[in-house]
Amino acid sequence: MFRLERTVAPLWVQALLPVVAVVITFALTATLLWLVNANPLEAYYYFLVDPLSNRVSLLEVLVKATPLLLTGAAVTWAFTGGFWNIGAEGQLYAGAVAATAVGLQMQNMPPWVAIPLMIVAGFAAGMLWVLVPVLMKLKLGIDEVVTTLLLNPVALFIVSWLLNGPWRNPVSQWPQSPDIAASAIFPKLLPRARLHFGFVLAILVLILMGYIFRQTALGMRMRAVGLEPAAARFAGIRVQRTMLISALVSGGIAGLAGVSEIAGIHYHLIDAISPGYGYTGILVATLGMLNPLGVGVAALFIGLIDTGGQTVSRALGVPVYLGDVIQATLLLVTLGVLLLRNYRIRFVRRAS
Amino acid sequence: MTAALLITFLVGLLAATLRVATPLILGTIGEIYTERTGVLNLGIEGIMFLGAFVGFAVAKQFELAGVGAHLWLGVLGAALAGMVAAALMGFFAVTLGVNQHVAGLGITLLCTSLSLFAFRLVFGESAVLPSVSPFAQVDLFANLPVIAPIFSQYLLTYATFLVLVPLASWVLYRTKFGLEMRAVGENPEAADAAGISVPRTRYGALMIGGALMGVGGAFLSLAQLGAFSPGIVAGRGWVCIALVIFAKWDPVRGMLGALLFGGVFALQLRLQTQGFQLPYELFLALPYVVTLIALAIAGRNAAYPGAYLKPYRRE
Repeated sequence: MFRLERTVAPLWVQALLPVVAVVITFALTATLLWLVNANPLEAYYYFLVDPLSNRVSLLEVLVKATPLLLTGAAVTWAFTGGFWNIGAEGQLYAGAVAATAVGLQMQNMPPWVAIPLMIVAGFAAGMLWVLVPVLMKLKLGIDEVVTTLLLNPVALFIVSWLLNGPWRNPVSQWPQSPDIAASAIFPKLLPRARLHFGFVLAILVLILMGYIFRQTALGMRMRAVGLEPAAARFAGIRVQRTMLISALVSGGIAGLAGVSEIAGIHYHLIDAISPGYGYTGILVATLGMLNPLGVGVAALFIGLIDTGGQTVSRALGVPVYLGDVIQATLLLVTLGVLLLRNYRIRFVRRAS
Repeated sequence: MTAALLITFLVGLLAATLRVATPLILGTIGEIYTERTGVLNLGIEGIMFLGAFVGFAVAKQFELAGVGAHLWLGVLGAALAGMVAAALMGFFAVTLGVNQHVAGLGITLLCTSLSLFAFRLVFGESAVLPSVSPFAQVDLFANLPVIAPIFSQYLLTYATFLVLVPLASWVLYRTKFGLEMRAVGENPEAADAAGISVPRTRYGALMIGGALMGVGGAFLSLAQLGAFSPGIVAGRGWVCIALVIFAKWDPVRGMLGALLFGGVFALQLRLQTQGFQLPYELFLALPYVVTLIALAIAGRNAAYPGAYLKPYRRE
């Protein structure tokens, strides 16, 4: 027999828990692969090993991880401060719109003007998109989960309006905007690869976030408000102001994900700019246990199985949605497994 | 616009409002039951999507097999699928007691991706979207002058307004199960002390709610569309979450909220066809914005159930 005791698990166990979650997830999704007559081991080889086997796909993992690093960071920032921002998807679109708007006007500007302007505009647009929810929470006491969620479809409709109306690129048969100015395009990090400056930006954001969480009074206040707003207020923390920072900066970081996809990958606005990076950001933040380093690793891992997913579906004839199923399963399994953070398993002899 | 035209316009608007509101009422009442026991089910968006898919897939298979009641079997399948998904939500929210926001989103992502995965498996990747001939509308008062179109509705719409809404209110306020739900949602410790099983009540409410959400999704695929497409739910689940707060967790007010959203939605559709020179994408966003505004007006400092979002453990 064993017994669960409520104490904090040792650190090495905590660090191992996401790995346990991954193993359980792959065991669960193996049933799905059997169902479609695919060999699970072969599928997992394509998911986990194949993308790392050559330069092109290895760099593609980093490209795929870039927006996830940013949305994961956005969600981590908000959740740490106790603001349940489920609207990173909408904020990403807002950032993408702002980046495109600025990028289209940068014809005669050098990159050192164009790129910072786009970044600032995207950050501001993401902040703007979360402003209504956070004000409704602070002033009217309305749950931010609902309001941030409701604004996600609104952002999508606005983008699709822009693409079919004012920003419609007349020479393209698809709904897309004209290309942004060449000087507004993020520089590539390596020759012959798609990896771009957005990856560096994302890593910088995570490093800065780690510093703020660990070393500054703001980080301390955010964690206090996130844990127990009433106690934080009692301790003299201005809860409303801290919550406002948690929300706005989170929206801004999500906006950067939109900037990075526009300036680094597409160079124009399309309505499929994000296949749900905002929601995947919640998976990344959960899997990374709201720890900046953990979020970095988690985003790279999801980038890996995102890259592998396309190979799997091509090589084994499995619907492309398999990758999404695995990610959703991983989110749920992680939630369950992370409970063990607060427990120790102690084996005891059954009392006879 | 002449008076006659105006009346035709309003009659058509009202008829469409009732249709658009139907799946929202199903989802909203499902979520009201769930939240009344203290559990937030953000899986609603995905469960409606799953209901739309399962409803369609089941109906299509039985149609191919030549079974006459295939559409109703689809609705039944959607209800069962919704119950299973809600039970899974219960496992995380009630049994394990993890964060309900994240668990609910996990359920939504899982239901959505599994539906799309299964859709590809069952129907392949054809250029033409597979379809079934949808539910027919019932003309209850075809002889009435002018207002007859209002009563030309799906049976599911009639059932939702005339049976579900009163029944849901009656169960919630007048039966033992309703009392147990409210007790568990307000004060699980006291309910437990009074001999009410907190997990059983929460699972019960979640699964009833899941069935309703599933049927709401099936209404979209089997009545409104006659097909299944990736954009079929398009945030309606999130709207339901907002309507629950707007409704202050009351089924009748939930119906009114759904009618408001349905009215705005139907109005924008009609204004589009009437040739108003506003881009239709902005019209599509309008119902969500109106819901947000309604929330700001009616949802101020809403009195959430006492045990909202709180897992219950016996100490």
